[in-house]
Amino acid sequence: MSDNPRPDTQTLTADQGTQTPSPPVKHRKKEAKPASLWSDAWHDLRRRPMFIFSLVLIAILVVMSFWPSLFTSIDPLDARTCELSSARQGPSPGHLFGRDNLGCDVFARTIYGAKNSIIIGVATMAITAIIGGLLGLIAGTRGGITDTITSRITEVFFAIPSILGALLITATFRDAGLGIWIVVFALSIIAWPMTFRIMRAAVLTARSQDFVLAARALGAGQSRIMFRHLLPNAIAPVIVVATINLGGFIAAEAALSFLGVGVQSPDISWGLMIADARSRFLEAPLPLVFPAVFLSITVLAFIMLGDAVRDALDPKLR
Amino acid sequence: MATKGERILEVRDLVKHFPLTQGIMFKKQIGAIKAVDGVSFDLNRGETLGVVGESGCGKSTLAKVLMALERPTSGSVQINGRDIAKAKGAELKRMRRNIQMVMQDPYTSLNPRMTVGDIVGEPYDIHTEVAPKGDRARKVQELLEVVGLNPDHINRYPHQFSGGQRQRIGIARGLALQPEIIVCDEPVSALDVSIQAQVINLLERLQNEFNLAYIFIAHDLSVVRHISDRVAVMYLGKVVEIGKDVDIYDKPAHPYAQALLSAVPVPDPEGREQRERIILQGDPPSPANPPSGCRFRTRCWKAQEICATEEPLLQIRPGTTHESACHFAETHDVVHVN
Repeated sequence: MSDNPRPDTQTLTADQGTQTPSPPVKHRKKEAKPASLWSDAWHDLRRRPMFIFSLVLIAILVVMSFWPSLFTSIDPLDARTCELSSARQGPSPGHLFGRDNLGCDVFARTIYGAKNSIIIGVATMAITAIIGGLLGLIAGTRGGITDTITSRITEVFFAIPSILGALLITATFRDAGLGIWIVVFALSIIAWPMTFRIMRAAVLTARSQDFVLAARALGAGQSRIMFRHLLPNAIAPVIVVATINLGGFIAAEAALSFLGVGVQSPDISWGLMIADARSRFLEAPLPLVFPAVFLSITVLAFIMLGDAVRDALDPKLR
Repeated sequence: MATKGERILEVRDLVKHFPLTQGIMFKKQIGAIKAVDGVSFDLNRGETLGVVGESGCGKSTLAKVLMALERPTSGSVQINGRDIAKAKGAELKRMRRNIQMVMQDPYTSLNPRMTVGDIVGEPYDIHTEVAPKGDRARKVQELLEVVGLNPDHINRYPHQFSGGQRQRIGIARGLALQPEIIVCDEPVSALDVSIQAQVINLLERLQNEFNLAYIFIAHDLSVVRHISDRVAVMYLGKVVEIGKDVDIYDKPAHPYAQALLSAVPVPDPEGREQRERIILQGDPPSPANPPSGCRFRTRCWKAQEICATEEPLLQIRPGTTHESACHFAETHDVVHVN
């Protein structure tokens, strides 16, 4: 792929005429199907084992969330399935993960807890990525007064101490009857400024490059510059941070539950299970370990997915 | 096709000042960088005007103002009689079809996340009236062929090409709308010398084929001499000398042009012996606070009192063949090459 350097590099006046450096055209007849970044990325993703693997994991987790009875015959919400007398019992046939402090089956609770944890994690990730990303894109692209105003507003949100702020919001709206969505709402309010800042910084870097100027010289409008030129070049760090944050959101939900807001017994979430099992961890580690392992697998699946998407969107890494 | 020689671009008293501000919340203007300060020239169809000058003399700002990427502080840029500097919205977009740009750095001027087909075809997506949708892929392939690239490579990404090939992609993008004027902002200075020649020759071939007019900005005088019909020498935001390329190169009248020319590398060792070297003292003054009168006087060996008080106008001086802005202009062949 080089331009065939000519032997006489001394002078520019030597007429090198209309020689073209491109290799001889081989199959001119072959109908080249026009590709684009997204179609190429999709094409590339389909053959990435990491992408397939993370997708399968996520699919299993989703099925687990919505049809938990496919995985276990025990209904942990039914108090009759718990036996206080066999609390903290180790694994046994029928109770693979053992029993927790109240004698309930850890496996069934882990399966049933997936729903709340995954909804909170994924919904908060999606909301922060979309709101923070979109505002960051607009602020970075337009600059000037728009950027100043949005950045100052973000700083106000940044100033709220995270858990305290989320606690305040959930406590204020706990009677609104929103269930776990109040947790999603609270965590989103706390977390979106981070995505905003990352997106804005990435857009500012991309914006100073010449191809944006070239697009403007062609007469491209603001939305074309934003979505065709800046977004694809600025989205990678947002994807990475959003997927890493997913685990943080599930953990933050646990903290809120622990503090008495958020998901409360008899509802189940992984965070709640981890918080409950903490006090007796030395005697019975398994009730803490199993939900923690599931939490890690979920986070891992999304991080791998994000990684694969990020790599696929960078033509240089294909 | 219209005849060669018809005037298509008229630049008059073009001024671009960038305000210097102080303060964070309440910005106060404390001065201005006078990047372009009263530049006038014409460009005819099919002609190449070379613009030379050292770094920071306002060449690239001039290009941006001509492309309407920056609004001029004052002055006009008339393309076929209409002022692009004042055009807005749909009119500006329509006028952009007539003036396009080839950028300096082929590594940042192409979006790394777009295929070559998308990059070269983007002008058609923006100006949908130029090519019907079904026609675009074919047109893009034709353009790639015109600039000497393999038309089957439309699905490749910029990083899969070398610097010279990337610059060809940039040129193809500039040609897509069939403009009459192309502003080349140092189009070869980021390339190897061998590749420079290929790109220059490509630009010349395209000029003949499509009757293009070029504004060719460069700091390499030999490149400019090779391609230009006329040359303008800029110093600190002003044109100090403008004329036919042979006049500028063989009979430079302004001391700054003479000094620039004396720095051109001469390949012939004997010619090198004969050539005189004029070494300028000091750095160019700050464009925020240019010297009074003649801007070159602080570094000029001919400077006298009148240079500080009276600004020399760009006009044909006695004993010279073309316009220059010096009170003591006199023709002097510095290169001594026959």
